[in-house]
Amino acid sequence: MPADAINALTDADSEVAPPRQPSLGFVGGLRWMWRQLTSMRTALILLFLLALGAVPGSVFPQRGASPLRVGEYLQDHTTVGPWLDRLGLFDVYAASWFAAIYLLLMVSLTGCILPRCIQYARNIRAVPPATPRNLSRMPEHRAFETDATVAEVVDSAEATLRSARFRLRPRTLRDSAENVDGSVAAEKGYLHELGNLVFHVSLLVLLVGVAWGSWFGYHGTVVIVEGEGFANTLTQYDDFVPGRGFSTSLLAPFSFTMDEFDAKFLEDGPNRGQPDQYTADVTYSENPGADLQTERIEVNKPLNINGSKVFLLGHGYAPVFTVRDGNGDVAFSGAVPALPQDPTFTSTTVVKVPDAQPEQLGFNVTVAPTAPKQVDPTTGPQSTFPEANDPRVYLGAWAGDLGLDSGVPQNVYQLDSSAMEQLGREDLAVGETWELPDGRGSITFDGLAEFANVQVTYDPGRWLVLLAAVAAMIGISLSLLVRRRRVWVRATRDGQGRTLVEVAGLAQTEWAALAQEVDAVAAALPCAPMVVEEQK
Amino acid sequence: MSTQTWAYISNGLVYSTIIVLAVALVAFAADLAVGTGRRRSDAAKQRRTSLARQASGGGAAVVTVVSEEAPADQRWARIGISLTTLAATLSVAAVITRGISAERPPWGNMYEFTLTAVATLLVIWVAMLPKRPEWRELGLLVVLFNLLLLGVAVLVLYRESAELVPALKSYWLWIHVSAAIIASSVFTVGSLASVLYLFSERYERRAIAGSTGGVRDAIGARLPASDQLDKVAYQTIAFAFPLWFFAVVAGAVWAEGAWGRYWGWDPKETWAFVTLVIYAAYLHARATAGWRGRPAAIIAIVGLAAFLFGYFGVNIFFVGLHSYGGV
Ligand code: HEM
Repeated sequence: MPADAINALTDADSEVAPPRQPSLGFVGGLRWMWRQLTSMRTALILLFLLALGAVPGSVFPQRGASPLRVGEYLQDHTTVGPWLDRLGLFDVYAASWFAAIYLLLMVSLTGCILPRCIQYARNIRAVPPATPRNLSRMPEHRAFETDATVAEVVDSAEATLRSARFRLRPRTLRDSAENVDGSVAAEKGYLHELGNLVFHVSLLVLLVGVAWGSWFGYHGTVVIVEGEGFANTLTQYDDFVPGRGFSTSLLAPFSFTMDEFDAKFLEDGPNRGQPDQYTADVTYSENPGADLQTERIEVNKPLNINGSKVFLLGHGYAPVFTVRDGNGDVAFSGAVPALPQDPTFTSTTVVKVPDAQPEQLGFNVTVAPTAPKQVDPTTGPQSTFPEANDPRVYLGAWAGDLGLDSGVPQNVYQLDSSAMEQLGREDLAVGETWELPDGRGSITFDGLAEFANVQVTYDPGRWLVLLAAVAAMIGISLSLLVRRRRVWVRATRDGQGRTLVEVAGLAQTEWAALAQEVDAVAAALPCAPMVVEEQK
Repeated sequence: MSTQTWAYISNGLVYSTIIVLAVALVAFAADLAVGTGRRRSDAAKQRRTSLARQASGGGAAVVTVVSEEAPADQRWARIGISLTTLAATLSVAAVITRGISAERPPWGNMYEFTLTAVATLLVIWVAMLPKRPEWRELGLLVVLFNLLLLGVAVLVLYRESAELVPALKSYWLWIHVSAAIIASSVFTVGSLASVLYLFSERYERRAIAGSTGGVRDAIGARLPASDQLDKVAYQTIAFAFPLWFFAVVAGAVWAEGAWGRYWGWDPKETWAFVTLVIYAAYLHARATAGWRGRPAAIIAIVGLAAFLFGYFGVNIFFVGLHSYGGV
């Protein structure tokens, strides 16, 4: 196959490194660097680096997704851990070296694509180059003789190619003493290049959309117990991750109440206990004073309030307690979210009662939504099913100083019992009360509420990202399905009054259908041969 | 019939597929041993040259070329193809019965994805043969690869047929998964062609230098010409690339609806991205001087490795949101 002819079709290849001149000077040096950066070879290497650079993010725990696991990793690996941290391997996709790779790739892309866009625009009306002398070197070539004149062949070739929507070069006809010859050069498939450009430009736009969204967007999570409400202000979030360009004015002023939360699990079958569906019924208003609306949030079906989306991330149980102190006063009353520990939702939490008299009270709580018949002393109480069929709480009571005044922030799910004395253990069904020893008060298990772990996200760039992704998809499909190809027809009349007709074709890249296309053109010419056949 | 019965039938069909594929593997190995691949492609090449010569000679109006292949050479390949066609049918039936037993499309866990991928790969390969005879040369690798996949599916990934977890209850699942399965099946064909390419190209290079020898060259000598394999690899990967891109975008749209972000660098997402970038690098390599041929083929193989790691490795080694496989 004539490699040089193919290369003539392939723009991408014309960037063979320029000959080094002895003294380029500063500007020349810069230009040389630019040419290197925007070369296909550099793009290829940067693509590799991008793939390679993305990998560690799946190997090491990432701060963005699981900060707790990063902490554990650092505790377990005291020597390599800090080094990995210094290299940014716990936050790969925000690391400067990762940014360097993709930004260089984008610069390279811009430098590569812009000139090609300009060239494309300039060539939008260009005619195909003249018919090469030696057509038999082309990958597809047909030849036959006919009695038709050169003009007839050329007329017919032009009509055929035009109706097949080829772009044509004005015919050349030569008439010398003993020879008449004429040729048509045609080209098709410009959408290939257009698609390629659209694809690459869309990748740039996509990155802009991602950057926009992460700059001006935010996401945060909050635990909401059934019946409680949420207003979209910073203080309400348990955890909040703003973009760098975030300001509180970006928080849409909506609020909602979680009227009811329900988690269903498979009751039977091999996957008994597997989650089946979560639903949360909420009443919300878009801004203070606006009408109240109701909506059901499900997995895969978030609530969308003017671009802010409210998702269910997870759920759990929140036992409701009333604690009375030694004086008989209600020192605590309310629901306490408990952290699920296993797939059957055995959950743990603590209740801290700093207002209790004469001494502060604290409770370690294990919740079993469906209580076991017997508690295994080695594992402790374990729920037998994730739904609240027979809820029971297992309590350990402590009296003394909760240590809340020491100024050290405390984990709400842990009891600091260093300055406390254990009062005993008890387990309660719904409605039961445990009278604490020595007249220190009592605790009543009023019921089991559910809580939902809710995420609110706002990403103003996501429409641009989607748009760019769709454009890229259309572009790349065009680019890979459409082939740019040239077809030539030449007719030469010899001294004996016969006309030799040659039809040839060349595609930019391998393309099986080129043969049929050339056959079809040949077959449409006057007195064309029967198309070459193969018998198997 | 009860859902249990259907699941039972499905399992039986899977085992039958494995047995039939194993026999097909033997047939394709015999085909390789008698070395018809290169003879077929040489014959095709000769046809081309003789056509070109006759055409530029300016004479012939009708050229008829009779295939030079002796029918005996085709025997093993034909047996292999028939058996693979049977295996394709059995595996499709296995997928359908599995779907009936679960009362939903059978794409809910890694076992079912793998089963569907095997059926898709086999059907694509068999269905493309009339249009792309050169795909026949991939028979051995395609069958071997599917046997391995089914082995892993049965031994490691098997799960009782059951309901979907809530996050998977979305029509985006079907869009995303079907695009991903088709794209990855086609990628696989392309990358397997690149594996063969390496053998064939090495043999050709060493044959010119007059220094062939060893097992690798013995295999290379029996494979079709390298330019033909290269073509298969390019055409398939060029077809699969936009489809994979679409699968990734569909996954992102779904993730946006399910988890509130379209992209979170979850391990599964990361490896889908890595696979995409490597195959993009392959397509680039094909257009870059000095990277065509061998380097490009190696990139295509790395692409398949990345895909397989993203598919199996991630579920086995890493924790992420996509760990529905139960593996
Ligand atoms: C952001 C990363 C990039 C991706 C994902 C990407 C992807 C692709 C893909 C899939 C193709 C194949 C389309 C085809 O064969 O027609 C392609 C072609 C091409 N790319 Fe990129 N590309 C990237 C960056 C670049 C850069 C930085 C350059 C410039 C140095 C570049 C220049 C080209 C050229 C010239 C072609 C056409 C090759 C041909 O004619 O076959 N690309 N690109």
